[in-house]
Amino acid sequence: MKSVYVYKGFERFWHWTQATLIIFLALTGFEVHGTFHILGFEHAARFHRVGSWMLIGLVVFAIFWHFVTGEWRQYIPTTKKLAEQIRFYTIGMFKGEKHPTKKTEVIKLNPLQRLVYLGFKLVLVPLTVISGILYMFHKTIDRNDIVVVSDFSLESIAFWHTLGAILLMVFLVVHVYMTTTGHTPTSNIRAMITGYEDLEEDEETAKKE
Amino acid sequence: MKRTIAVVILIFIGVVVLINIFNTENEYYNLKLEELKQEYAIKPISSIDHSKLPELQREFATPQDVTEACISCHTERHKEIMSSAHWNWERVSYVEGRGITSAGKKNVLNNFCLGAQSNELACAKCHIGFGMTNDHFDFENARNVDCMVCHDNSDEYKKGSSTAGYPDRTVNLTKVAQGVGTPGKINCGSCHFFSGGGNNVKHGDLEVAQLSTSREVDVHMAANGMDMSCVACHTAENHQIKGRLYSVSSTNTNRATCEQCHTSTPHFDDILNRHNAKVSCQACHIPVYAKENPTKMSWKWSDAGNLRDGEPYKEFNSDSTIEYQSIKGTFVWAKNVKPDYRWFNGTADHYILGDTIESVPVQMNTLFGSHDDPESKIYPVKIHTGDQIYDTKYNTLIQPKVFAESKGDSAYWKDFDWQAAAAAGMKRVGLPFSGEYDFVETEMYWPVNHMVSPKEQAVGCAECHTRSDEGRLATLSGFYLPGRDHNKPLDGLGVLLFFGALGGVLIHAAIRVIMSIRQKKYEMNIIDYDDNNSTQK
Repeated sequence: MKSVYVYKGFERFWHWTQATLIIFLALTGFEVHGTFHILGFEHAARFHRVGSWMLIGLVVFAIFWHFVTGEWRQYIPTTKKLAEQIRFYTIGMFKGEKHPTKKTEVIKLNPLQRLVYLGFKLVLVPLTVISGILYMFHKTIDRNDIVVVSDFSLESIAFWHTLGAILLMVFLVVHVYMTTTGHTPTSNIRAMITGYEDLEEDEETAKKE
Repeated sequence: MKRTIAVVILIFIGVVVLINIFNTENEYYNLKLEELKQEYAIKPISSIDHSKLPELQREFATPQDVTEACISCHTERHKEIMSSAHWNWERVSYVEGRGITSAGKKNVLNNFCLGAQSNELACAKCHIGFGMTNDHFDFENARNVDCMVCHDNSDEYKKGSSTAGYPDRTVNLTKVAQGVGTPGKINCGSCHFFSGGGNNVKHGDLEVAQLSTSREVDVHMAANGMDMSCVACHTAENHQIKGRLYSVSSTNTNRATCEQCHTSTPHFDDILNRHNAKVSCQACHIPVYAKENPTKMSWKWSDAGNLRDGEPYKEFNSDSTIEYQSIKGTFVWAKNVKPDYRWFNGTADHYILGDTIESVPVQMNTLFGSHDDPESKIYPVKIHTGDQIYDTKYNTLIQPKVFAESKGDSAYWKDFDWQAAAAAGMKRVGLPFSGEYDFVETEMYWPVNHMVSPKEQAVGCAECHTRSDEGRLATLSGFYLPGRDHNKPLDGLGVLLFFGALGGVLIHAAIRVIMSIRQKKYEMNIIDYDDNNSTQK
């Protein structure tokens, strides 16, 4: 095992800020939705707006970073070893088998992660963010002023936004749990905090196994 | 590097926290509002003192003589008055579903004292003319215009009761004529506060308390506030008074609006400003009406007519409002009433004499509007319910004759005979009466526009954006209201997915733990409790 610098500074900043914002937006968002009462509707709605703009800003930076650094290639989907990976999580893991794929600083994601994160980036986040922006501007200012988005009913926009939020929460639960499936239950989380992770060092020995 | 990131994150969070702590409207100095306050703090001073005019240094034998004196200088003003609804008691306008219609006190009914027709002697107390004793009033005679009722600043003038619009006999007309000026609150209030037969009966948001009240009751008219008069907002260029009262009006024209002074973007908060697209100012800024004195919420004419020893009587509530009155029926009063809310685009229809009853409760007036109509906004309304006499055969509401000076004139308030009162009233309005009558439930809508509260007392977000049945907009339909509405199947699916995922990972974790224990990955330290227990013994 060798300690490798896997997650760069921005990556970690982006990850944790996004995580915080998504949880914050979920709390305030579901309060606006009427699911529970914590801050009161007025504060929840106001903070939800502030949080949403912060998330949009962060996402813009993240997209820029992915393209500039070429990190977007991490998410190119592959079916190679996908079945093995699923088998590992559903069966192999219980038997104490080793991870079927090897994590390196160049290939950070296993085939299943690639698919899920790509879906997260291309479907889940756009669905929630775009429906959220439509939600935010679903107002007629007044009849002499501009009319923004009134072709879609607020009801349908709210539907898609809520659906996105629900799926994000499911993602959150599973994602947090999956962090415990590293070498040790906390090794993945520690890696995302410090940037360093203990990875198997020799490719040759890994292949022989 | 790490330190830089940490600093960036901290600044980021710090800025957000600060923005939210300090981004409250109260912290700003509202220049728009200060400008308005300054403008309305300067009360107009008349450029003329009528008591010095030689034309008015005389005795006036009749009120018409006063009117002639007015017209001798203000040579064209009476023409403006004589084209107004205050004079004509009707206005020709387009009404949806009805076409070009003439509507007003001449031909619409209400569910309070029902209608003016055949009762002019009493009802004309609130007509700006002299001598409306019946339906033969001459609307072309300028001598009968009552200038004084609106322009008396001497507090001397008052119309007599049951004198067909003539002033009370005690009024010193010379004093009134010399004391005319811009209408004050009491000039408008002498009719608009007391409509329906008592203070605050009809409107609920216009009453005698507003002559001198606190900001909590009415920020605009408060004695300790701006002390604005009615005509400050209801301006009257050429006697065309701004404002529409939808118990008789039909059109979305020449309305007095909050926006005419406050603009449509009065808040610093963009979210609040945008509400104005669909929510009227009044909806949030008049949390309750009838703040000082109760207003009538219901009037059941069907209970009228009980007599004690052959004489009519009254029964009072503990707050000295009338609960039962033989000549009128049973009343329900309320104070500090939360308004109902309706979509309203400024146009309305009315029950016009002769209309067939199509649904019960009969809608005395209908406020048009819906969420999808760009002209419509949510307005607070007072809904006055009750029942009143109708013709069971022809299915029309009846205009009964209720008032007369003496018995034997078919008036219900004297003879307590609905049959005779209905026959006399309907004969007068030229409509058939079958002789068969009963009582039918009615509803009437009064948009609430006055008694604006200080902004601290405005309706809070969660009073509408709530799933509670107590929410102010709980029953208003046709649109999606965040916080109130939600897609139930989607929410069900959400609960299922979220807790399903949670359960799934817990089971997965449990299996992992169990399997790893089985595989002896961890050393097990078995404590033999039985053994411990035995040693303790």
